[in-house]
Amino acid sequence: MGNGAYDRPRFLPAGDAALTVELGDAVDAVVNRRVLEFDRRVRAAAIPGLLESVPTYRSLFVQYDPGLAAFAGLVEALGPLVPAEDVPAEGRRWLFPVCYGGEFGADLEFVAETHGLTPEAVVDIHLSAEYRVYMIGFAPGFAYMGGLPAALHTPRRASPRLRIPANSVALGGIQAGITSIPVPSGWHLLGRTPAQMFDLGRGDDAFLLAAGDVVRFERIDAATFAALEAAGGLIARRVG
Amino acid sequence: MPTLLVREPGLLATVQDAGRVGWQRFGVVVAGAMDLHALRAGNALAGNPPGAAAIEFTFTGGSYAVEGGPVRLAVTGGDFALSVDGRPVPAWHSFLLRPGEVLAIGRAPDALRGYLACAGGLDVPVALGSRSTHVRSGIGGWQGRALRGGDALPLGSAETDPGDLELPPDARPRQRNRLRVVLGPQDGYFTDEAIATLGGGRFTITADADRMGYRLAGPPLRHRGADNIVSDGIALGSVQVPASGQPIVLLADRQPTGGYPKIATIITPDIGSIAQLAPGTSVAFEIVTPDEARRIRRDWDAAMEGLPALMRPSGGAGDPFDSQRLLALDLVGGFLPDAD
Repeated sequence: MGNGAYDRPRFLPAGDAALTVELGDAVDAVVNRRVLEFDRRVRAAAIPGLLESVPTYRSLFVQYDPGLAAFAGLVEALGPLVPAEDVPAEGRRWLFPVCYGGEFGADLEFVAETHGLTPEAVVDIHLSAEYRVYMIGFAPGFAYMGGLPAALHTPRRASPRLRIPANSVALGGIQAGITSIPVPSGWHLLGRTPAQMFDLGRGDDAFLLAAGDVVRFERIDAATFAALEAAGGLIARRVG
Repeated sequence: MPTLLVREPGLLATVQDAGRVGWQRFGVVVAGAMDLHALRAGNALAGNPPGAAAIEFTFTGGSYAVEGGPVRLAVTGGDFALSVDGRPVPAWHSFLLRPGEVLAIGRAPDALRGYLACAGGLDVPVALGSRSTHVRSGIGGWQGRALRGGDALPLGSAETDPGDLELPPDARPRQRNRLRVVLGPQDGYFTDEAIATLGGGRFTITADADRMGYRLAGPPLRHRGADNIVSDGIALGSVQVPASGQPIVLLADRQPTGGYPKIATIITPDIGSIAQLAPGTSVAFEIVTPDEARRIRRDWDAAMEGLPALMRPSGGAGDPFDSQRLLALDLVGGFLPDAD
C-alpha cells in the first residue's frame, strides 16, 4: 500500500442522499489508482438507486436515491468492490503544447525568483516531468495533477486573482493543473495551452482529460500558439 | 409552438430544472432549482412532469408575455404579488395568459425565490442531460446565462390542459428556520464543543449568500486539529467550516469538490427552507440521527409524489365567470383586457 492508505475503507454519511468512501487520507498515486478502479467497478455493478459517483484524490463520493437505497445497504454492496491491492494504471497519455511566460504565463518570473532560478530553468524543469491527473473537479474539465517536481513547489498566492484565463498551465503548492474556464484562483500561471480543455461543442470529447490520464508538455512559441488556436480541434495529442 | 417572452427579467432569473446528475466527475456543477419543492408544485399546477424546466427568480419576478397561443402558467415559492394586465392573480394558482396580456411578478412577503412554471415546460436545449443554467461555466438554460429582456423562450407542448388549479395553503411547503442536519462526513475533525455549538447556537445568514452557498456568522465551530482535508466530494446541503470557524452551507451551484472539513449535512427536505431565507435572517441547526433523517426524507418524498393529487380546481383568473375574477375586473370598463 502507498502512503496514507487505510487498512480498510471508511464509509462516511453525507446527509440523506450521499456518502463518502475514503480509501486513504493523502495525495498518493497508489491510493488514487485504487479509487479509480473502485469507481470503475461501482459503475459496472449498476447498484439500484445509485445515481452518481465522483472519484477524488483519495475517496469516492456516492450520490443515491434514498427511496431505492439506504446507507447500510450501500455499505454492504460497495464494500466488496473496494480493490484490495494496487491496480496497474490504465490512463491515456497526452502531449500538450504550451506557450510559457509573458502574457501566457504571468507568474513565470515570480516562480523563478521564488526558487532562485531563471525562467528558462523553470520551464525546463516543468517540461522534464510527467504529470498524472488525480481528479477533475472545481470547474468543468479542470484537471488536478500530481508529479510537479519538488523544485517548483510554490505556495499559493496570498490573495487569489479574481479571474485566471482558461487553459492556463498552472501550479498551486505541490499540485500542477490545467484550468478550463476563467475562474478565481490563487494558483501561479506558467503558460497557456491552445488546447481547449472544455468545449461542449465537441460532444463526446467535451472534456479533454479524465482522472488517471498522464500528461507531458511540449514548448511552443507565440506564433505556433496562434496558429494552433486558430486551427481549433483537440490540439493536444494522444501519445498512448 | 407557443413562446414565453421575457419583457423584463426578474432578479437573477435563470432557467432551472431538477439539476444536472452524473457530470460532477467532470467538474460540472449540479445546479437546478434551489427550492425543489416549489419547482415541483409549480409544475404540478401547470400540468407538467415534476422535473420540467421553469424560471427561477430572486426577490422579484419581472414581466412576461406569450406568443403563439394562450399558455397556462403558475408562480410558486411564496406569496408573490402577481397581476395580469394590472388585475391581481394569486400565487400557487394556475391561470391562462393570452397573447397580448402581460404578467407582472412583484415580491413576496414570505419568500426569496419564486418559480414561474409554464405548461409544456421551457423547451430550451438540453445540455449534459439537463436544462438547468450554471452561469459561471456558461452551461445550460438559455445561452448559458441569466435571462434578459427580449429573450423568447420556446415552450414544450402541453398534453392536456388541466384547467385552473390551486395548491391549497395547507399543502404548500412550510419554511423552517431550524434546519435539520445529519453529522458528517468530517464531524471527527471538530471538538465536542463545536458539535454542541452547532446544535445549540444561532447563526445569521450573511450578505455573502448566493446559489453556490450561504456563509453564516455565529459562534465559531472549532477544529480539533487540521482545518483542511484532501479535497473530496461535496453533497447538497454540506456545512463546511474553514479555519475561521464560520460555517458555509453549500447549495445548488456548489462546486463538486472542495477541501474544507464538513461538520454536517442539511437534510434534503430542509434545503428549500434555507433557499427561501434572505441575508440577515437567523437560523439554527437541529442534529437528527440518520434514521430520523431517513424517515423525514421518506415522508417528504411521499409529499412530493402526492402534490398532483392535492391540486384542486380554483375557478381562478382564467374563468371569465368566476366571482373572484369578476370582483377583480373593472366592470365599468367592461371586459376588454386593457380597458383600464
